[in-house]
Amino acid sequence: MERVECIVVGGGLAGLSAAYGLAEAGVEVMVLERGDYSGAKNVTGGRLYLKPIRDIYPELWDEAPFERPVARELVTMMAEGAHTTVEIASDRFTAGAPQSYTVLRARLDQWLAEKVMEKGAMVVPNMKVDELLREDGRVIGIRAGEDEIGADVVVVAEGVLRLLSSAAGLATQPKARHHALGYKEVIELPPGVIEDRWHLNPGEGAAQLFMGECTKGMMGGAFLYTNRESISLGIVVGMEDMRRRRDGTESWQLLDEFKELPQIRPLVAGGTVAEYSAHAIPEGGISQVPRLAGDGYLVAGDAAGFCLNALVTVRGMDFAVAAGHLAAEAIKRAKAAGDFSAAGLASYEGSLRSSFVLRDLETARTIPSFMENPRLFTHYPRAVARLLESVYTVDERPQDGLVKKAWKSVRRDFLNVATVKDAWSARRI
Amino acid sequence: MPMKIDAKLGLDVFKLDKEPHIVIDTEVCNTVCTDDACLYVCPADLYERDDQGRMTVNWEGCLECGTCLICCDPRALSWKYPGGPYGVQYRMS
Repeated sequence: MERVECIVVGGGLAGLSAAYGLAEAGVEVMVLERGDYSGAKNVTGGRLYLKPIRDIYPELWDEAPFERPVARELVTMMAEGAHTTVEIASDRFTAGAPQSYTVLRARLDQWLAEKVMEKGAMVVPNMKVDELLREDGRVIGIRAGEDEIGADVVVVAEGVLRLLSSAAGLATQPKARHHALGYKEVIELPPGVIEDRWHLNPGEGAAQLFMGECTKGMMGGAFLYTNRESISLGIVVGMEDMRRRRDGTESWQLLDEFKELPQIRPLVAGGTVAEYSAHAIPEGGISQVPRLAGDGYLVAGDAAGFCLNALVTVRGMDFAVAAGHLAAEAIKRAKAAGDFSAAGLASYEGSLRSSFVLRDLETARTIPSFMENPRLFTHYPRAVARLLESVYTVDERPQDGLVKKAWKSVRRDFLNVATVKDAWSARRI
Repeated sequence: MPMKIDAKLGLDVFKLDKEPHIVIDTEVCNTVCTDDACLYVCPADLYERDDQGRMTVNWEGCLECGTCLICCDPRALSWKYPGGPYGVQYRMS
């Protein structure tokens, strides 16, 4: 059996980040990527929060092929036929070093794979791993078709479906309740049109999330990110809610119906759809994080469930890069000690716990169950839109004063047993 | 008029495998399954019942998201990623 010091399964952000750190330290590392190139099988909404990871590989990011730094954040609450949008445009989102960028994965991951190879790691495309090889409970390598490759340690960055780790008994199979389906269209638009439509300075970007009617009451929402010469427009919908739906709605129709809304049509007008993509999203939070290290292996990225949907901020790629880096650090320590057992690799979990990855997931522990409340995706967005609609409405009848109009709406939609209960359960998030 | 789902899939680059990466145990669909979730959770609309009532999947247009696998409680699907150079190859996303 051929051998290398370290095999990384999956050439996405977690795997490549681990390989970068390892190659830099002179560890012999081989990344196995099943796509034609890194990013070929990846999908993001998407936006990368760079701020949390900028200092991890500080020399790396200046040349990264990001799309646009996000200068404007918008969240749109939708009732039937009426939308209201809250917006924040802040100098502090972009001043100096922008906190986040819109990205397209095929570009970003391919670039990072190049950087990893420059550091001396092998990145092998078109190589699907079929099995994690185990001996006496220890992961000793991988099998890809007829080929078996041995390694001191395997970084399992196989992605959200956990096909290999669940088959090897290292993780449970993904459940609908803990996952969402995300899918999108990349729609090409000229940069000037994008900047006009979202009121952006040249080169700057916007991120817009939508809640309410777009998912027909199911957990989730719609998203829109402006890229350089396109927008990513898509839907996220909880799999459990989608599966239980019996009214004939099919998942893929939600985006078409959304695009046809009179409030959305002008945003996509004149655009050309260039790509259609879909991916599963791990939304179970920290309670669904599997064992992170064992004899001969570490888990990182989506395979580890490192994803955090906190309604207005959605993170995962920054966690992937940070976890990959910490995996590399742990492997370097294990190599120095000559111990790749669970004990030798245990520093990985410890450093994740003191990093933002597990700290932020811990802080958000209750969010996944909070988000199972359907009123979040039906009643509240609708109520906010209706409240604004009512205070802006003028007709032939004698009008209530502004405060009275608003109060009527607030009393009807926000002051009842259900909403008080919701407010009480929200105090922990 | 919204774009047809087939037309959307037509924009993507696919490299066709010689054999399917999704195999359905129709027996399970017809005896254990109660909701036919695959018919409406798939974002590429690839599942349908044929004339004989057997569940089928047009796996050639698969986006490899795994939603059908995760949503199939009766475990009627034998689902793996397409091997080697095959399957969808996103150019942007």
